[in-house]
Amino acid sequence: MHHIYCPYCEEIREEEEYSYTGEAHIERPKDPASISDDAWANYIFFRTNPRGIHHEMWYHAAGCRRYFNATRDTNSYQIHETYKMGELPTVTAKTIAADALTALQGEVS
Amino acid sequence: MKKYSGFSLFKHSLSHHENWQAAWRSPQPKKEYDVIIVGGGGHGLATAYYLAKVHGITNVAVVEKGYLGGGNTARNTTIVRSNYLWDEASKLYDHSLDLWKDLSQDLNYNVMFSQRGVLNLGHTLQDMRDIERRVNANRLNGIDGVVLDTAGVKEIVPIINDSQDIRYPVLGASWQATAGVARHDAVAWGFARGADSFGVDLIQQCEVVDIVTEEGAVVGVKTTLGFIGAKKVACVTAGNSGVMAAMVGLRLPIESRPLQALVSEPIKPILDTVVMSNAVHAYVSQSDKGDLVIGAGTDSYNGYGQRGSFNVVEHTLSAICELFPMFSRVRMNRAWGGVVDTCPDACPIISKTSIKGLFFNCGWGTGGFKATPGSGHVFAHTLAHDEAHPLAAPFSIDRFSTGHLIDEHGAAGVAH
Repeated sequence: MHHIYCPYCEEIREEEEYSYTGEAHIERPKDPASISDDAWANYIFFRTNPRGIHHEMWYHAAGCRRYFNATRDTNSYQIHETYKMGELPTVTAKTIAADALTALQGEVS
Repeated sequence: MKKYSGFSLFKHSLSHHENWQAAWRSPQPKKEYDVIIVGGGGHGLATAYYLAKVHGITNVAVVEKGYLGGGNTARNTTIVRSNYLWDEASKLYDHSLDLWKDLSQDLNYNVMFSQRGVLNLGHTLQDMRDIERRVNANRLNGIDGVVLDTAGVKEIVPIINDSQDIRYPVLGASWQATAGVARHDAVAWGFARGADSFGVDLIQQCEVVDIVTEEGAVVGVKTTLGFIGAKKVACVTAGNSGVMAAMVGLRLPIESRPLQALVSEPIKPILDTVVMSNAVHAYVSQSDKGDLVIGAGTDSYNGYGQRGSFNVVEHTLSAICELFPMFSRVRMNRAWGGVVDTCPDACPIISKTSIKGLFFNCGWGTGGFKATPGSGHVFAHTLAHDEAHPLAAPFSIDRFSTGHLIDEHGAAGVAH
Protein backbone atom coordinates (compact mmCIF):
# COMPACT_ATOMS: atom_id res chain seq x y z
CA MET A 1 0.00 0.00 0.00
CA HIS A 2 1.22 3.45 -0.87
CA HIS A 3 1.74 6.20 1.64
CA ILE A 4 0.97 9.34 -0.29
CA TYR A 5 1.78 12.94 0.56
CA CYS A 6 -1.16 15.22 -0.19
CA PRO A 7 0.23 18.58 -1.32
CA TYR A 8 -2.90 20.36 -0.04
CA CYS A 9 -3.23 18.66 3.36
CA GLU A 10 0.58 18.61 3.61
CA GLU A 11 0.39 15.23 5.29
CA ILE A 12 1.28 11.65 4.41
CA ARG A 13 -1.84 9.47 4.36
CA GLU A 14 -2.62 5.86 3.43
CA GLU A 15 -3.58 4.95 -0.13
CA GLU A 16 -7.11 3.97 0.86
CA GLU A 17 -7.94 7.64 1.49
CA TYR A 18 -7.26 8.35 -2.17
CA SER A 19 -8.74 7.44 -5.53
CA TYR A 20 -6.57 7.02 -8.56
CA THR A 21 -7.93 8.93 -11.52
CA GLY A 22 -5.49 8.18 -14.33
CA GLU A 23 -2.88 9.86 -16.45
CA ALA A 24 -2.22 13.54 -15.75
CA HIS A 25 -1.64 16.51 -18.04
CA ILE A 26 -4.15 15.39 -20.68
CA GLU A 27 -5.58 18.49 -22.23
CA ARG A 28 -9.17 18.52 -23.40
CA PRO A 29 -9.38 19.62 -27.04
CA LYS A 30 -10.50 23.25 -27.14
CA ASP A 31 -13.03 22.72 -29.90
CA PRO A 32 -14.19 19.07 -29.84
CA ALA A 33 -16.63 19.56 -32.72
CA SER A 34 -13.88 20.52 -35.14
CA ILE A 35 -11.51 17.60 -34.54
CA SER A 36 -11.54 14.17 -36.15
CA ASP A 37 -13.00 11.06 -34.51
CA ASP A 38 -9.48 9.67 -34.20
CA ALA A 39 -8.28 12.77 -32.36
CA TRP A 40 -11.26 12.61 -30.02
CA ALA A 41 -10.66 8.88 -29.38
CA ASN A 42 -7.05 9.71 -28.67
CA TYR A 43 -8.14 12.21 -26.02
CA ILE A 44 -10.78 9.96 -24.45
CA PHE A 45 -9.24 6.49 -24.56
CA PHE A 46 -5.60 6.32 -25.63
CA ARG A 47 -2.94 6.49 -22.92
CA THR A 48 0.85 6.36 -22.76
CA ASN A 49 0.77 3.63 -20.08
CA PRO A 50 4.55 3.73 -19.57
CA ARG A 51 6.65 1.15 -17.80
CA GLY A 52 8.58 3.60 -15.63
CA ILE A 53 7.93 7.24 -14.78
CA HIS A 54 4.24 8.12 -14.91
CA HIS A 55 2.52 11.41 -14.14
CA GLU A 56 -0.91 10.70 -12.77
CA MET A 57 -3.84 12.26 -10.97
CA TRP A 58 -5.00 11.27 -7.52
CA TYR A 59 -8.10 12.43 -5.66
CA HIS A 60 -7.97 12.79 -1.89
CA ALA A 61 -11.47 11.34 -1.48
CA ALA A 62 -11.42 10.84 2.30
CA GLY A 63 -9.41 13.97 2.99
CA CYS A 64 -9.49 17.43 1.42
CA ARG A 65 -11.39 16.09 -1.61
CA ARG A 66 -9.06 17.80 -4.03
CA TYR A 67 -7.23 16.50 -7.07
CA PHE A 68 -3.45 16.63 -7.27
CA ASN A 69 -0.74 15.06 -9.43
CA ALA A 70 1.94 12.53 -8.59
CA THR A 71 5.07 11.36 -10.37
CA ARG A 72 5.37 7.64 -9.73
CA ASP A 73 7.48 4.81 -11.10
CA THR A 74 5.13 2.06 -12.35
CA ASN A 75 7.90 -0.50 -12.00
CA SER A 76 9.27 0.22 -8.53
CA TYR A 77 6.08 1.99 -7.32
CA GLN A 78 8.26 4.73 -5.84
CA ILE A 79 6.45 8.06 -5.65
CA HIS A 80 9.00 10.70 -6.59
CA GLU A 81 6.82 13.71 -5.88
CA THR A 82 3.30 14.97 -5.58
CA TYR A 83 2.35 18.42 -6.76
CA LYS A 84 -0.67 20.68 -6.99
CA MET A 85 -2.92 20.94 -10.01
CA GLY A 86 -1.60 23.47 -12.49
CA GLU A 87 2.01 22.86 -11.49
CA LEU A 88 4.50 20.97 -13.64
CA PRO A 89 6.49 17.96 -12.45
CA THR A 90 10.11 18.50 -11.44
CA VAL A 91 10.90 14.81 -11.85
CA THR A 92 10.43 13.31 -15.32
CA ALA A 93 11.81 10.34 -17.24
CA LYS A 94 14.39 12.77 -18.69
CA THR A 95 15.61 14.12 -15.34
CA ILE A 96 15.82 10.57 -13.95
CA ALA A 97 17.93 9.49 -16.94
CA ALA A 98 20.13 12.57 -16.58
CA ASP A 99 20.60 11.91 -12.84
CA ALA A 100 21.53 8.30 -13.55
CA LEU A 101 24.08 9.46 -16.11
CA THR A 102 25.61 11.95 -13.68
CA ALA A 103 25.84 9.27 -10.99
CA LEU A 104 27.49 6.93 -13.46
CA GLN A 105 30.02 9.57 -14.55
CA GLY A 106 30.76 10.28 -10.87
CA GLU A 107 31.59 6.62 -10.37
CA VAL A 108 33.84 6.55 -13.41
CA SER A 109 35.79 9.69 -12.42
CA MET B 1 6.25 -35.62 -31.78
CA LYS B 2 5.62 -38.88 -29.96
CA LYS B 3 2.00 -39.37 -29.04
CA TYR B 4 1.10 -39.49 -25.37
CA SER B 5 -1.16 -42.42 -24.47
CA GLY B 6 -1.86 -44.93 -21.75
CA PHE B 7 0.38 -47.33 -23.59
CA SER B 8 3.29 -44.86 -23.79
CA LEU B 9 2.90 -44.21 -20.07
CA PHE B 10 3.18 -47.95 -19.43
CA LYS B 11 6.11 -48.33 -21.81
CA HIS B 12 8.06 -45.51 -20.19
CA SER B 13 7.33 -46.85 -16.72
CA LEU B 14 9.54 -49.81 -17.65
CA SER B 15 12.49 -47.43 -18.01
CA HIS B 16 11.58 -45.40 -14.91
CA HIS B 17 10.26 -42.49 -17.03
CA GLU B 18 13.80 -41.42 -17.83
CA ASN B 19 13.52 -41.53 -21.62
CA TRP B 20 10.63 -39.20 -22.41
CA GLN B 21 11.19 -37.06 -25.45
CA ALA B 22 11.50 -33.33 -24.69
CA ALA B 23 8.09 -31.70 -25.20
CA TRP B 24 9.59 -29.11 -27.54
CA ARG B 25 12.92 -28.10 -29.04
CA SER B 26 14.94 -25.07 -27.91
CA PRO B 27 16.18 -23.75 -31.26
CA GLN B 28 18.37 -20.78 -32.06
CA PRO B 29 16.48 -18.10 -33.98
CA LYS B 30 16.63 -18.25 -37.79
CA LYS B 31 17.45 -15.13 -39.82
CA GLU B 32 13.89 -14.56 -40.91
CA TYR B 33 10.37 -15.83 -40.31
CA ASP B 34 7.03 -15.32 -42.01
CA VAL B 35 5.50 -14.47 -38.66
CA ILE B 36 7.07 -13.59 -35.33
CA ILE B 37 4.77 -13.82 -32.35
CA VAL B 38 6.01 -11.74 -29.44
CA GLY B 39 4.97 -13.30 -26.15
CA GLY B 40 4.99 -16.99 -25.27
CA GLY B 41 1.94 -17.08 -23.05
CA GLY B 42 -1.20 -19.08 -23.69
CA HIS B 43 -2.59 -16.70 -26.31
CA GLY B 44 0.69 -16.39 -28.21
CA LEU B 45 1.29 -20.14 -28.23
CA ALA B 46 -2.31 -20.82 -29.26
CA THR B 47 -1.89 -18.34 -32.11
CA ALA B 48 1.25 -20.16 -33.28
CA TYR B 49 -0.46 -23.54 -33.01
CA TYR B 50 -3.51 -22.54 -35.07
CA LEU B 51 -1.37 -20.64 -37.61
CA ALA B 52 0.47 -23.88 -38.29
CA LYS B 53 -2.41 -26.29 -37.96
CA VAL B 54 -5.28 -24.43 -39.63
CA HIS B 55 -3.45 -22.15 -42.05
CA GLY B 56 -0.31 -24.17 -42.82
CA ILE B 57 2.00 -21.30 -41.89
CA THR B 58 4.86 -22.98 -40.09
CA ASN B 59 7.79 -20.61 -40.63
CA VAL B 60 6.87 -19.00 -37.34
CA ALA B 61 8.74 -18.08 -34.17
CA VAL B 62 7.35 -17.37 -30.73
CA VAL B 63 9.75 -15.03 -28.93
CA GLU B 64 9.46 -14.95 -25.15
CA LYS B 65 11.53 -12.85 -22.77
CA GLY B 66 11.06 -15.21 -19.84
CA TYR B 67 9.83 -18.75 -20.06
CA LEU B 68 6.74 -20.16 -21.76
CA GLY B 69 3.51 -19.52 -19.89
CA GLY B 70 5.32 -17.67 -17.11
CA GLY B 71 3.29 -14.48 -17.16
CA ASN B 72 -0.44 -14.13 -16.73
CA THR B 73 -0.97 -17.68 -18.02
CA ALA B 74 0.61 -18.90 -14.79
CA ARG B 75 -1.06 -16.28 -12.63
CA ASN B 76 -4.78 -16.46 -13.34
CA THR B 77 -7.53 -18.35 -11.56
CA THR B 78 -8.23 -20.67 -14.54
CA ILE B 79 -11.95 -19.97 -14.92
CA VAL B 80 -13.53 -20.73 -18.29
CA ARG B 81 -17.02 -19.42 -19.10
CA SER B 82 -18.84 -17.65 -21.92
CA ASN B 83 -21.81 -15.93 -20.26
CA TYR B 84 -21.05 -12.46 -21.61
CA LEU B 85 -23.85 -9.99 -22.25
CA TRP B 86 -23.27 -8.60 -25.72
CA ASP B 87 -23.53 -10.61 -28.95
CA GLU B 88 -19.97 -9.85 -30.10
CA ALA B 89 -18.33 -10.86 -26.83
CA SER B 90 -20.50 -13.88 -26.10
CA LYS B 91 -19.86 -15.28 -29.59
CA LEU B 92 -16.11 -14.87 -29.20
CA TYR B 93 -15.99 -16.48 -25.77
CA ASP B 94 -18.41 -19.23 -26.76
CA HIS B 95 -16.24 -20.02 -29.78
CA SER B 96 -13.44 -20.44 -27.29
CA LEU B 97 -15.54 -22.64 -25.01
CA ASP B 98 -16.31 -24.89 -28.00
CA LEU B 99 -12.59 -25.31 -28.63
CA TRP B 100 -11.95 -26.05 -24.94
CA LYS B 101 -14.26 -29.08 -25.10
CA ASP B 102 -11.99 -31.03 -27.46
CA LEU B 103 -8.73 -29.32 -26.63
CA SER B 104 -7.11 -32.19 -24.72
CA GLN B 105 -7.79 -34.58 -27.63
CA ASP B 106 -6.76 -32.02 -30.22
CA LEU B 107 -3.45 -31.28 -28.50
CA ASN B 108 -2.89 -34.84 -27.24
CA TYR B 109 -2.18 -33.10 -23.94
CA ASN B 110 -4.41 -33.23 -20.88
CA VAL B 111 -5.43 -29.65 -20.13
CA MET B 112 -7.71 -30.97 -17.38
CA PHE B 113 -10.71 -28.98 -18.61
CA SER B 114 -13.40 -29.59 -16.04
CA GLN B 115 -16.92 -28.34 -16.75
CA ARG B 116 -17.94 -27.95 -13.15
CA GLY B 117 -20.16 -24.91 -13.69
CA VAL B 118 -19.85 -21.28 -12.66
CA LEU B 119 -22.16 -19.32 -10.37
CA ASN B 120 -22.31 -15.54 -10.59
CA LEU B 121 -24.02 -14.43 -7.39
CA GLY B 122 -26.49 -11.58 -7.02
CA HIS B 123 -26.80 -9.69 -3.75
CA THR B 124 -29.26 -6.92 -4.53
CA LEU B 125 -32.48 -6.60 -6.51
CA GLN B 126 -30.57 -4.76 -9.22
CA ASP B 127 -28.00 -7.56 -9.34
CA MET B 128 -30.82 -10.04 -9.91
CA ARG B 129 -32.36 -7.91 -12.67
CA ASP B 130 -28.97 -7.71 -14.37
CA ILE B 131 -28.53 -11.45 -14.01
CA GLU B 132 -31.91 -12.13 -15.59
CA ARG B 133 -31.12 -9.81 -18.46
CA ARG B 134 -27.73 -11.44 -19.01
CA VAL B 135 -29.05 -15.01 -18.82
CA ASN B 136 -31.80 -14.14 -21.29
CA ALA B 137 -29.24 -12.59 -23.63
CA ASN B 138 -27.05 -15.68 -23.27
CA ARG B 139 -29.89 -18.03 -24.10
CA LEU B 140 -30.77 -16.01 -27.20
CA ASN B 141 -27.16 -16.51 -28.25
CA GLY B 142 -27.35 -20.26 -27.65
CA ILE B 143 -25.32 -20.16 -24.44
CA ASP B 144 -26.69 -22.21 -21.59
CA GLY B 145 -27.68 -20.38 -18.45
CA VAL B 146 -30.31 -20.41 -15.74
CA VAL B 147 -31.31 -17.97 -13.03
CA LEU B 148 -31.28 -19.49 -9.57
CA ASP B 149 -32.83 -18.25 -6.33
CA THR B 150 -31.18 -18.58 -2.93
CA ALA B 151 -32.40 -22.17 -2.48
CA GLY B 152 -31.09 -23.06 -5.94
CA VAL B 153 -27.66 -21.71 -5.06
CA LYS B 154 -27.71 -23.56 -1.74
CA GLU B 155 -28.48 -26.81 -3.55
CA ILE B 156 -25.37 -26.46 -5.72
CA VAL B 157 -23.12 -25.08 -2.96
CA PRO B 158 -24.42 -26.39 0.39
CA ILE B 159 -21.65 -24.66 2.34
CA ILE B 160 -22.61 -21.14 1.24
CA ASN B 161 -23.98 -18.76 3.83
CA ASP B 162 -27.64 -18.31 2.84
CA SER B 163 -28.58 -16.14 5.81
CA GLN B 164 -30.64 -13.14 4.75
CA ASP B 165 -29.24 -11.14 7.68
CA ILE B 166 -25.72 -10.62 6.36
CA ARG B 167 -24.64 -7.33 4.80
CA TYR B 168 -24.89 -8.67 1.24
CA PRO B 169 -27.21 -11.69 1.33
CA VAL B 170 -27.16 -14.19 -1.54
CA LEU B 171 -30.42 -13.52 -3.40
CA GLY B 172 -29.63 -15.81 -6.29
CA ALA B 173 -27.22 -16.39 -9.12
CA SER B 174 -26.72 -17.11 -12.76
CA TRP B 175 -25.52 -20.64 -13.42
CA GLN B 176 -23.62 -21.71 -16.50
CA ALA B 177 -23.27 -25.47 -16.21
CA THR B 178 -20.91 -25.83 -19.19
CA ALA B 179 -18.39 -23.42 -17.68
CA GLY B 180 -15.56 -24.60 -15.51
CA VAL B 181 -11.82 -24.56 -14.98
CA ALA B 182 -8.72 -25.88 -16.75
CA ARG B 183 -5.12 -26.48 -15.79
CA HIS B 184 -3.44 -23.23 -16.85
CA ASP B 185 0.16 -24.45 -17.23
CA ALA B 186 -0.95 -27.47 -19.23
CA VAL B 187 -2.73 -25.18 -21.68
CA ALA B 188 0.49 -23.28 -22.42
CA TRP B 189 2.56 -26.45 -22.55
CA GLY B 190 0.03 -28.29 -24.72
CA PHE B 191 -0.09 -25.46 -27.27
CA ALA B 192 3.71 -25.15 -27.12
CA ARG B 193 4.21 -28.84 -27.80
CA GLY B 194 1.60 -28.79 -30.55
CA ALA B 195 3.11 -25.73 -32.25
CA ASP B 196 6.61 -27.16 -31.99
CA SER B 197 5.46 -30.39 -33.65
CA PHE B 198 4.52 -28.35 -36.74
CA GLY B 199 7.99 -26.78 -36.82
CA VAL B 200 7.28 -23.51 -34.99
CA ASP B 201 10.40 -22.24 -33.20
CA LEU B 202 9.82 -21.45 -29.53
CA ILE B 203 12.58 -19.08 -28.46
CA GLN B 204 12.74 -18.44 -24.74
CA GLN B 205 14.92 -16.02 -22.75
CA CYS B 206 14.87 -13.67 -25.70
CA GLU B 207 13.45 -10.21 -25.13
CA VAL B 208 12.23 -8.02 -27.95
CA VAL B 209 13.79 -4.59 -27.38
CA ASP B 210 12.60 -2.90 -30.57
CA ILE B 211 10.29 -3.39 -33.52
CA VAL B 212 12.04 -2.43 -36.75
CA THR B 213 10.02 -0.78 -39.51
CA GLU B 214 10.89 0.51 -42.97
CA GLU B 215 8.58 2.85 -44.88
CA GLY B 216 5.64 2.09 -42.62
CA ALA B 217 6.02 -1.67 -42.75
CA VAL B 218 7.47 -4.13 -40.27
CA VAL B 219 10.73 -5.80 -41.25
CA GLY B 220 11.64 -7.55 -38.03
CA VAL B 221 12.45 -7.25 -34.35
CA LYS B 222 15.59 -6.40 -32.44
CA THR B 223 16.05 -8.85 -29.60
CA THR B 224 18.57 -9.67 -26.91
CA LEU B 225 19.72 -12.45 -29.29
CA GLY B 226 20.11 -10.02 -32.20
CA PHE B 227 17.95 -8.96 -35.13
CA ILE B 228 15.33 -11.38 -36.45
CA GLY B 229 13.59 -10.56 -39.71
CA ALA B 230 9.85 -11.01 -40.13
CA LYS B 231 7.14 -10.25 -42.67
CA LYS B 232 4.59 -9.98 -39.89
CA VAL B 233 4.95 -9.28 -36.18
CA ALA B 234 2.16 -10.15 -33.80
CA CYS B 235 2.29 -8.74 -30.27
CA VAL B 236 0.51 -10.91 -27.73
CA THR B 237 2.11 -9.34 -24.70
CA ALA B 238 -0.78 -8.60 -22.32
CA GLY B 239 0.36 -6.06 -19.72
CA ASN B 240 3.39 -5.04 -21.75
CA SER B 241 1.41 -4.22 -24.89
CA GLY B 242 1.77 -0.49 -24.25
CA VAL B 243 5.54 -0.92 -24.07
CA MET B 244 5.51 -2.78 -27.40
CA ALA B 245 3.30 -0.14 -29.03
CA ALA B 246 5.60 2.65 -27.82
CA MET B 247 8.47 1.03 -29.76
CA VAL B 248 6.78 2.11 -32.98
CA GLY B 249 5.37 5.33 -31.61
CA LEU B 250 1.81 4.03 -31.19
CA ARG B 251 -0.44 4.36 -28.19
CA LEU B 252 -3.17 1.95 -27.15
CA PRO B 253 -6.41 2.45 -25.22
CA ILE B 254 -4.95 0.25 -22.52
CA GLU B 255 -3.76 0.70 -18.97
CA SER B 256 -1.71 -1.97 -17.23
CA ARG B 257 -2.63 -2.86 -13.68
CA PRO B 258 -1.62 -5.52 -11.19
CA LEU B 259 -4.31 -8.15 -10.58
CA GLN B 260 -3.87 -10.46 -7.65
CA ALA B 261 -4.70 -14.07 -6.92
CA LEU B 262 -3.92 -16.35 -4.03
CA VAL B 263 -4.20 -19.97 -3.01
CA SER B 264 -4.76 -21.58 0.35
CA GLU B 265 -3.18 -24.63 1.87
CA PRO B 266 -4.64 -27.82 0.34
CA ILE B 267 -7.79 -29.02 2.06
CA LYS B 268 -10.16 -31.93 1.46
CA PRO B 269 -12.71 -31.57 -1.37
CA ILE B 270 -15.33 -29.06 -0.25
CA LEU B 271 -16.21 -26.89 -3.26
CA ASP B 272 -16.92 -28.62 -6.58
CA THR B 273 -17.89 -25.59 -8.63
CA VAL B 274 -16.77 -22.00 -9.20
CA VAL B 275 -18.40 -19.21 -7.19
CA MET B 276 -18.04 -15.64 -8.35
CA SER B 277 -19.54 -12.49 -6.96
CA ASN B 278 -19.31 -9.23 -8.77
CA ALA B 279 -20.89 -7.11 -6.05
CA VAL B 280 -18.77 -8.11 -3.06
CA HIS B 281 -15.81 -8.96 -5.27
CA ALA B 282 -14.94 -12.54 -4.54
CA TYR B 283 -14.32 -15.57 -6.62
CA VAL B 284 -13.23 -18.95 -5.48
CA SER B 285 -12.87 -22.50 -6.70
CA GLN B 286 -10.97 -25.53 -5.45
CA SER B 287 -8.17 -27.02 -7.48
CA ASP B 288 -7.70 -30.75 -7.97
CA LYS B 289 -4.79 -30.48 -5.54
CA GLY B 290 -7.20 -29.22 -2.89
CA ASP B 291 -6.18 -25.60 -2.50
CA LEU B 292 -8.77 -22.86 -2.69
CA VAL B 293 -7.98 -20.69 -5.70
CA ILE B 294 -9.05 -17.13 -4.99
CA GLY B 295 -9.09 -14.13 -7.27
CA ALA B 296 -8.71 -10.70 -5.76
CA GLY B 297 -9.15 -7.38 -7.51
CA THR B 298 -6.91 -5.10 -9.50
CA ASP B 299 -5.08 -2.28 -7.88
CA SER B 300 -6.62 1.02 -8.83
CA TYR B 301 -3.40 2.43 -10.29
CA ASN B 302 -1.14 1.54 -13.23
CA GLY B 303 1.67 -0.81 -12.35
CA TYR B 304 4.02 -3.33 -13.89
CA GLY B 305 5.17 -4.75 -10.57
CA GLN B 306 3.54 -8.24 -10.68
CA ARG B 307 2.49 -7.68 -7.10
CA GLY B 308 -0.44 -5.90 -5.55
CA SER B 309 -1.64 -4.11 -2.46
CA PHE B 310 -2.52 -5.96 0.70
CA ASN B 311 -5.77 -4.06 1.16
CA VAL B 312 -7.07 -5.58 -2.09
CA VAL B 313 -6.47 -9.10 -0.77
CA GLU B 314 -8.06 -8.20 2.55
CA HIS B 315 -11.16 -6.89 0.79
CA THR B 316 -11.66 -10.12 -1.17
CA LEU B 317 -10.99 -12.39 1.78
CA SER B 318 -13.47 -10.55 3.98
CA ALA B 319 -16.13 -11.13 1.30
CA ILE B 320 -15.23 -14.82 1.02
CA CYS B 321 -15.34 -15.27 4.79
CA GLU B 322 -18.84 -13.83 4.85
CA LEU B 323 -20.00 -16.09 2.02
CA PHE B 324 -18.18 -19.13 3.40
CA PRO B 325 -17.76 -18.74 7.18
CA MET B 326 -16.14 -22.19 7.33
CA PHE B 327 -13.18 -20.88 5.29
CA SER B 328 -12.31 -18.28 7.90
CA ARG B 329 -9.59 -20.41 9.43
CA VAL B 330 -8.05 -21.68 6.21
CA ARG B 331 -4.52 -20.38 5.85
CA MET B 332 -3.36 -18.79 2.65
CA ASN B 333 -0.29 -20.28 1.09
CA ARG B 334 0.81 -17.99 -1.71
CA ALA B 335 -0.27 -14.70 -3.27
CA TRP B 336 0.94 -13.11 -6.48
CA GLY B 337 0.08 -10.49 -9.05
CA GLY B 338 -0.08 -10.41 -12.82
CA VAL B 339 0.02 -7.31 -14.99
CA VAL B 340 -3.28 -7.14 -16.86
CA ASP B 341 -4.00 -4.96 -19.88
CA THR B 342 -7.31 -3.32 -19.09
CA CYS B 343 -9.35 -1.80 -21.90
CA PRO B 344 -11.97 0.93 -21.43
CA ASP B 345 -14.80 -1.42 -22.49
CA ALA B 346 -13.37 -4.56 -20.86
CA CYS B 347 -13.08 -6.24 -24.25
CA PRO B 348 -9.97 -7.28 -26.15
CA ILE B 349 -8.28 -5.67 -29.12
CA ILE B 350 -7.60 -8.15 -31.93
CA SER B 351 -6.44 -5.92 -34.69
CA LYS B 352 -4.21 -4.74 -37.46
CA THR B 353 -2.45 -1.44 -36.86
CA SER B 354 -1.52 1.57 -38.96
CA ILE B 355 1.85 -0.12 -39.53
CA LYS B 356 1.81 -2.76 -42.25
CA GLY B 357 2.46 -6.23 -40.91
CA LEU B 358 2.11 -5.25 -37.25
CA PHE B 359 -0.74 -6.86 -35.34
CA PHE B 360 -1.91 -6.67 -31.76
CA ASN B 361 -3.88 -9.13 -29.68
CA CYS B 362 -4.26 -7.50 -26.29
CA GLY B 363 -6.63 -5.81 -23.90
CA TRP B 364 -7.97 -9.06 -22.47
CA GLY B 365 -7.61 -7.44 -19.09
CA THR B 366 -8.71 -9.50 -16.15
CA GLY B 367 -10.38 -12.32 -18.09
CA GLY B 368 -8.18 -13.60 -20.88
CA PHE B 369 -7.51 -17.16 -19.77
CA LYS B 370 -10.93 -18.47 -20.75
CA ALA B 371 -10.39 -17.14 -24.25
CA THR B 372 -6.97 -18.73 -24.83
CA PRO B 373 -7.92 -21.21 -27.60
CA GLY B 374 -10.50 -18.92 -29.22
CA SER B 375 -8.19 -15.92 -29.13
CA GLY B 376 -5.39 -17.87 -30.78
CA HIS B 377 -7.78 -19.34 -33.33
CA VAL B 378 -9.28 -16.05 -34.55
CA PHE B 379 -5.99 -14.16 -34.33
CA ALA B 380 -4.24 -16.81 -36.44
CA HIS B 381 -6.93 -16.28 -39.09
CA THR B 382 -6.42 -12.51 -38.90
CA LEU B 383 -2.65 -12.96 -39.34
CA ALA B 384 -2.94 -15.48 -42.14
CA HIS B 385 -5.47 -13.55 -44.23
CA ASP B 386 -4.53 -9.96 -43.34
CA GLU B 387 -8.19 -9.59 -42.58
CA ALA B 388 -10.07 -10.04 -39.34
CA HIS B 389 -11.80 -13.33 -38.61
CA PRO B 390 -15.57 -12.58 -38.55
CA LEU B 391 -15.66 -13.15 -34.80
CA ALA B 392 -12.65 -10.86 -34.29
CA ALA B 393 -13.86 -8.06 -36.58
CA PRO B 394 -15.85 -6.19 -33.89
CA PHE B 395 -12.70 -6.12 -31.74
CA SER B 396 -10.69 -3.92 -34.06
CA ILE B 397 -8.91 -0.96 -32.52
CA ASP B 398 -11.08 1.25 -34.78
CA ARG B 399 -14.00 0.82 -32.41
CA PHE B 400 -12.59 3.51 -30.15
CA SER B 401 -12.95 6.03 -32.98
CA THR B 402 -16.26 4.78 -34.37
CA GLY B 403 -17.77 4.56 -30.90
CA HIS B 404 -18.87 0.95 -31.38
CA LEU B 405 -17.61 -0.13 -27.96
CA ILE B 406 -18.63 -3.49 -26.53
CA ASP B 407 -19.25 -2.53 -22.96
CA GLU B 408 -18.76 -5.65 -20.89
CA HIS B 409 -17.94 -3.84 -17.65
CA GLY B 410 -20.14 -5.32 -14.99
CA ALA B 411 -22.58 -6.51 -17.60
CA ALA B 412 -20.74 -9.78 -18.02
CA GLY B 413 -20.43 -10.54 -14.35
CA VAL B 414 -16.82 -9.50 -14.75
CA ALA B 415 -15.71 -8.98 -11.22
CA HIS B 416 -13.44 -6.00 -11.73
